[in-house]
Amino acid sequence: MRISADTDVCIGAGQCVLTEPAVFDQDDAEGTVVLHTTEPAAEYEDAVRDAVQLCPAQALSIVEE
Amino acid sequence: MTAPDVPAFPMNRTCPFDAPPEYAELRGTRPVVSAQLPGDQRTWLLTRHEDVRAALADPALSSNRRNPGFPLRAFGVRPPADFPQPMIGLDGAAHSAARRPVISEFSVPRVHALRPRIQQIVDEAIDTLLAAGQPADLVRYLSLPVPSLVICELLGVPYADHEFFQSRSARLVNRAVDPDERMAAATEVREYLDGLVTEKEREPGDDLLGRQILRARADGTEDHGGLVSLAFLLLIAGHETTANMISLGTLALLTHPDQLGLVRDDPATTPLAVEELLRYFSIVDSGTARVAVADTEIGGQPIAAGEGVIALGLAANRDPQVFERPDDLDVTRGARHHVAFGFGPHQCLGQNLARAELTIVFDTLLRRVPTLALAGGVEDIPTKQDATIYGCYELPVTW
Repeated sequence: MRISADTDVCIGAGQCVLTEPAVFDQDDAEGTVVLHTTEPAAEYEDAVRDAVQLCPAQALSIVEE
Repeated sequence: MTAPDVPAFPMNRTCPFDAPPEYAELRGTRPVVSAQLPGDQRTWLLTRHEDVRAALADPALSSNRRNPGFPLRAFGVRPPADFPQPMIGLDGAAHSAARRPVISEFSVPRVHALRPRIQQIVDEAIDTLLAAGQPADLVRYLSLPVPSLVICELLGVPYADHEFFQSRSARLVNRAVDPDERMAAATEVREYLDGLVTEKEREPGDDLLGRQILRARADGTEDHGGLVSLAFLLLIAGHETTANMISLGTLALLTHPDQLGLVRDDPATTPLAVEELLRYFSIVDSGTARVAVADTEIGGQPIAAGEGVIALGLAANRDPQVFERPDDLDVTRGARHHVAFGFGPHQCLGQNLARAELTIVFDTLLRRVPTLALAGGVEDIPTKQDATIYGCYELPVTW
């Protein structure tokens, strides 16, 4: 699984960080999403799908391979 | 079916814990329905979770409260044109420009760093509650002061002014207080915040206002009035909402002992319990309204430009398609897909602060006051059945 985040549409709600802090973080100065990895390990795939669904700004997307 | 063809809105809650009965009926039969508002206005009402999410993320639906098609719950309260439009009324790029500078202040890590100070505020409020003698009103001693003092902390209100700020903001959000007195309190708070911003401009400190001033100076976008308006919005949006959730959450736990036991016995349950309480009460409900500025479609229903839409958060959060046994309070359910904070680009800016305050309040209250109980019956609790933001006026408790 590959993921991408669009920081231009991100509103910093933090839903992704609440869902999986091992994959998602928020930039200290801007508050927008930061990806710890663009290729999360298999154990995080369900949480990543949840985060994509929960994101209020539709800033996250999954690129299936 | 006995409902008339055009339902009237608002519809009121008839029990402290339930949605207006009409919501379930509409969701089942007419999930996108044209309703009559007070005055001469019509609006579309949305009751399905899927439709509410779609509407709140639809760029064809505007938040501009000055648009004559914007649906108003109460007739004749359209904001005056000379009042600065806060970010909640802006769309698209203008909204993004207003929100973007503040979002880091409410990020998960920033709010996490505030937790020790929130804990201290909650501990002190509970000390005052316990010193007040029984029965004591939880709204007065805990629900109202906690969010007000957290906002003081955030904005950098000096300690000496906390008492003033707290008393005026409590009056401002109290719907039992005479409207003229509330207006006077609003003016006093606005004047206070104006002076506070001036102070911070002279000497920007390490707080939200200080950081906004430095950031705006670096960008060349300094705007005194805009900052006063932002501070006022943060107070209005963060005070009564959180206060009502503290009161209602406590009420729900005290009247559902099995659920209370789960939270008290395992603090790891509290964050999910908070999500469930947010879903269960959905206190903002009809606050998420929009007006179409282009033709669009929601749930198969064409919506024409100029028409109003009210995305009912409470109805969405009781949608059985998304939440099993939606009318049951179940603190162990994963309720995070609720729309109690809204959805789309306007989703609540302070949601993580609210989560932290509620988690700390419930954990601390249940641990420190294990014998907490309602002083009377549930039927004696005065609830805000017809207010824009649901809550209760008083919550007398014993311990």
